[in-house]
Formats: sequence, structure tokens, C-alpha cells
Amino acid sequence: MTLTDADPAARSTDPRPAEGWTSRLDWKALAFTAAAVIVVLVAYRWDSTQTTAVSARTVREASPLILGALCGLIGERSGIINIGIEGQMLMGAFSGFMAASYSQSLLVGVVAAIVVSGLTGLFLAWAAVALRMDQIIAGTVINIVGAGATSFFYIAGRTMPRISNWAVPGLDQLPLVGRALFNHGPLTYTAALAVLVVHVALFHTRWGLRTRAVGEHPGAADTVGVNIVRLRYVNLSIAGSLAGLAGLALLQSAGAFDRGMTAGRGFIALAVMIFGRWRPTGVLGAALLFGLFNAVQAQLQFKQALSIPPQFFGMIPFVLTIVVLAAAGLKARPPAAAGRPYDPE
Amino acid sequence: MLSAWRQWVLLPVMAVVIGLAGGALLILVSGDNPVTAYGGMLQGSFGSSDAIGRTLEKATPLILAGLAVAFAFKAGLFNIGGQGQLLVGAAFAAWIGFDVNLPTVLHIPLALVVGGLFGALLGALAGLLKATRGTHEVISTIMLNFVAANLTDWLVSRDGPWKDSASGAVARSPAVLPSAALPRWGPLPTGFLVAVAVAAAIWWVVNRSVLGFEISTVGHNAKAAAYAGISVTRITVLAMAISAFLAGLGGAIQTQGVNGRFEPGFNSGLGFDGITIALLARTNPLAVVPAGLLIGAMNAGSTLMQSRTDVQPEIISVIQGFILFLVAAPSVVRWLLRLRQDLDAPAVDLASGWGGS
Repeated sequence: MTLTDADPAARSTDPRPAEGWTSRLDWKALAFTAAAVIVVLVAYRWDSTQTTAVSARTVREASPLILGALCGLIGERSGIINIGIEGQMLMGAFSGFMAASYSQSLLVGVVAAIVVSGLTGLFLAWAAVALRMDQIIAGTVINIVGAGATSFFYIAGRTMPRISNWAVPGLDQLPLVGRALFNHGPLTYTAALAVLVVHVALFHTRWGLRTRAVGEHPGAADTVGVNIVRLRYVNLSIAGSLAGLAGLALLQSAGAFDRGMTAGRGFIALAVMIFGRWRPTGVLGAALLFGLFNAVQAQLQFKQALSIPPQFFGMIPFVLTIVVLAAAGLKARPPAAAGRPYDPE
Repeated sequence: MLSAWRQWVLLPVMAVVIGLAGGALLILVSGDNPVTAYGGMLQGSFGSSDAIGRTLEKATPLILAGLAVAFAFKAGLFNIGGQGQLLVGAAFAAWIGFDVNLPTVLHIPLALVVGGLFGALLGALAGLLKATRGTHEVISTIMLNFVAANLTDWLVSRDGPWKDSASGAVARSPAVLPSAALPRWGPLPTGFLVAVAVAAAIWWVVNRSVLGFEISTVGHNAKAAAYAGISVTRITVLAMAISAFLAGLGGAIQTQGVNGRFEPGFNSGLGFDGITIALLARTNPLAVVPAGLLIGAMNAGSTLMQSRTDVQPEIISVIQGFILFLVAAPSVVRWLLRLRQDLDAPAVDLASGWGGS
């Protein structure tokens, strides 16, 4: 028996309301987006230069968070909690940088980052599925080894080819959105594309249905013949590769690898995932919000416009995450099977 | 008996041995001699009375961070926020240390306790959020780590209230007064004695007290505990607060016994080391002491190792990651050693969803 979207029994394994443009529209999200657009437009009327700069920076800062959060999302949707995103991003950035540096080819760097981070995802799946290790501890192992190994093998003073911006011809000349959306490095476009791809794949393909089933009710998925073990291995590897792309997105901004360059972004990505309620579109919104905080902070520091110490701005995303989680309370519902090894009876 | 021996000694020892072997492989790959490197590490950690003193000094906050993680485990909670709690403890102990004038007998304990209590505040907050709002403590304590790092950074920064006016551009607090400084007895730092005493006290609380019984009941089955009349909220908050107090105390000892003032960023990674140590000790408070000493010795020896061989001290974290992996995955150790008998992983079950219960 195969699982298809049309199968009502399989559909009921995901108690969330069906989503996507094929079902009802999410009015809340729509209203929120409209409000955000209005705020940006008003700000643009008020100070066009600043608004353009902050918008562009928001999008840039959001991209590694989007990719990292999607990594966590795919894992949890498949039933495996991943707190190792920070380490995966670091290892992706490091291997991408080293490979690109030695080969002087960005393509080689991209491949290296994807492969190495994919392997870290495979490791997490192996630890969780085959070893039945506590998933939080497995993620912590990735973080410790990731931070340690990339520092240990770090060689100061190496350089890699620049990841230059790809301006979209014509569109980049538009006011505001030209710089905000159409003049970025390739990893930023990749992040946007990844949201779309993961959304469609998760909610409109057989793979997505199976993944959600495995994350919510592996027993049911098993009964109808889904290979849970294989699906978790495959999904966690894909998720790891996304974290590698997140690492590359950091390189795109920074230009070179530096020890501990993730600076907690892997953990923020985790918050973005929860904030986005385990949905790709939610992740996009949450990442842009967190990106905005970073962008505003950077802009204010640059201008020295405000007397608020930068540390307080640095705190905002973390405080916000706690507040939102506490406010969401028991409504914040992760995939039901996330964190538990599957026991076939 | 044999099986108990295997669980308690064989698995941790083998995890350490295999972890070190893995580290040796990496040292080899990076073009250095692992024997020279580990020789340097050994001499740097136990080779002289100075070295031993350094090991004890490094082990002290590690033991307390390990106790913090192990204690929370008993209640089924994962305190991953040791890092932030330690920073807050260190900063507030420094504040009492430089800003208050008291005789030594009062000044030392007051600063230690205040440091611990401010750390406990962070933990209690995470516990309260967990108990009343269902916010998973792993997420909240990770987030609080960053809040604590930013807050303590600010306290001693240019705009902060505790900035040492004599330090120019360097962000740090003034030195603590001599009356708040923890003395050393030869190579033996007082802070280490405090840590050992605290480990014994925590062992007593866990194994012999009513509170310990309530905590482990909640840890095993919260629903059953609630049915038996134990307030799960109270226990969750209390367990997180005590756990965080231990980490904060570790920070206070660092300030009063080692650094002599608060400087941001002295402890990067200590909270995560605590996880390795707690699991290496199989969450037994008394076993945390030798586990902490081991990791402390590695840290203390890494400087001499680096000066002899150019091996970066970060190899220590990689080895620790290996060790953590191996103690959490006994089946791998069993497979590597071709043991027939099963080794049990320490009973921890933490990963059970973020949001609601």
C-alpha cells in the first residue's frame, strides 16, 4: 500500500490543519505580512536610505537562520530533535572554506560544505536510530566536536575566492526592493528557494506526507509500510546539508572562516524553527524578524544614534524567544514523536 | 559485582581511553607526535606541585558545572545553561567582593552565596517556565546563556556600572578585596575543597533526604509523583534553582579564587563540559569529582602541550566530545572492545519535545 495525499487514513496522522494554497488561506499570516509591508513603506517614506540599508541587511542576516532552521525543521518533522545545528553550521562553514581555499574554486567549497554537513546529519540519525542515544546529548556531541575540531584544524591567514553578489538585471534597479531583495549573494537566494522547496515538498508530496507521518505517529506509518529508519537517515542527511548551506551563507557575509563564527546562530535557528511553529513559511517570517533585530542593532551601532548599550540589543532575540515560547505555552506543539526512538512492537 | 564494576569503571575508563586514542589520531593527522603531546599534557597537569594546583583550580568550576547537570538529571531536567549561570555567579560574586567591606569570615561566604543565588535565579526562571508554561528547559537555558553573557558583558563594559576605572579599554571589574579572596594552602586551592564538600552534600541530598526522594520521584514519573501529592511545580523550580546555584557557585569560586575579578568570556564552553562530566560520572555526585579532575587535568596540561608540540589546546574539546559520545553510546564501546555483556547507558531521557508536555 502506498501513501498518497489523497489517502484519508494517512492524512489523519497529522492532526494539524492541512495547509498550503490548496486549502484555506492563513489569514493571520497574511495580515501580519501586510502589516510588515506597510511598516516598511512608511519607514521608506520617512528615511529611504536607512530603510533600504536595513531591509537589505535584514534579508542577508535572515538567510543563515532560514537555512539552519529548515535543518532543524526537517529533523523534527521526521521525529528527531536536532540541537547540533550550531556545530553543523560551523563544520559546514569550515569545510567549505578550507576546500574553497585549497582549490580556489567556490564550487568545490560548496560541495565540501554540503557533504560534510550532510554527514553530520547522518551521524545524528545513526546515533538516534541505531544507537538509541538521547537526541539532546547526540546534538551536544555535534556541537562540542564541531566547535573543537574546526578550531583545532583552523589555519589563520588563509583566504578563499569572494562569493560575489548576483544582481538580478532590471529588478535590482527598483527602489527599495532592488537592494533589499534582488542584489544578494547566491546563498541568500538559495535560502528563499529552500523555503519554497521544503514547503511544497513537506505538504504536497508523498515524501512530505511520509515524513510528517513518521514525525507524528511512526507506528501508523510503519503499519502502512513506510521505512522509518531509511526515511530518518535520508531526511537528517538532507537537513544536515541545509545547515552546511547556512554555514556557507555565513562565509558569504564574512568572506573568511573564523573560529566560532556562528556565534550562537545555530541556537537562534532552533528558536526560529519553534517561533515559526515548525512550518517553512513560519520559519521565513521568524527569521526575517530576528534578522531585523540584528540589522537595526548594526545600523544603530554604526550610526551611534542611540545610547542603548549594544549588549541589550544583543539580548533581544533571546529574550524574545523565551517570551514567545512562554506566551505560546502549551499551544506550541512540536511533532509528537520528536525526541523518541521508534520501537517496533 | 562484576556487572556493577563494568558499569561504573569499565565503561567510563574505556570511553576516556578511546577518546584519547581518537585525539591521538587527530594529532597525528595534523602532523604532530601524540606521545610528546600527551606527555606534555601529563606533565603540565601533574608534573609539579604548581601543575597539580593548576589542575585542581581548573577542575573546581568543572566539578560544580558537572554537579549542576547531574543534579538536574535526577529530576529529569537538562540544565544546559551552566555557562550563563556560571557567568552571572562570577559577576555578582565580584560585585560583593569589591563593593562590600566585611571581615573575611563573612565576606568570603557572602560573595560565594550571592554568586550562587544569582545563578539560581536564572535556573529558577527556567524551571518556572517549564512547570507553568511548558517551555522546554533546554531551549530556555540555552537562550538564557546568551542573555547572561550579554548582561555580564554590559556590567563591566564602558557603559556598565561595575567597570574597573583603572583598566582603560579593557572590560573588567575592579579586583575583589583581599577579605573576599579564597586562600590557597600550598598547591591546594580552598575552592576545590568547597567543591568536594558540595559534591558530598549533593550526594546526601540526592540519596538520603526527603527532597532528593521527591526529586527522583518526579524525575522518574511526574504524573505518579503528582498523584502521590508531590508538587511537580515546586520540585521542578527547586531542582533547577539548586542546579543553577551550583553552577553560579562555580563562577563565584572562579572570581574569588582564581581570576580575582570578573572578566567576561573566561569560561567559554564550561557549561557543555559539565554535560560530559555528569555523564562520565553516570550522574553520581561523588563520581563527578574524579570526572571533573580528569577534564580539569586535560585543560591544565594543554598549555604545556601546546608549547611543546604546537598542538592547539582545542584538541581537548574534541576529545571531550568523543568521550561524551562514548559514554552515551555504550553499544559502541561494547562493539569496539568485543564485549559480550551489555553496558547500560546512564538512564537519561531528556529529548521529549520542546513546547507542551
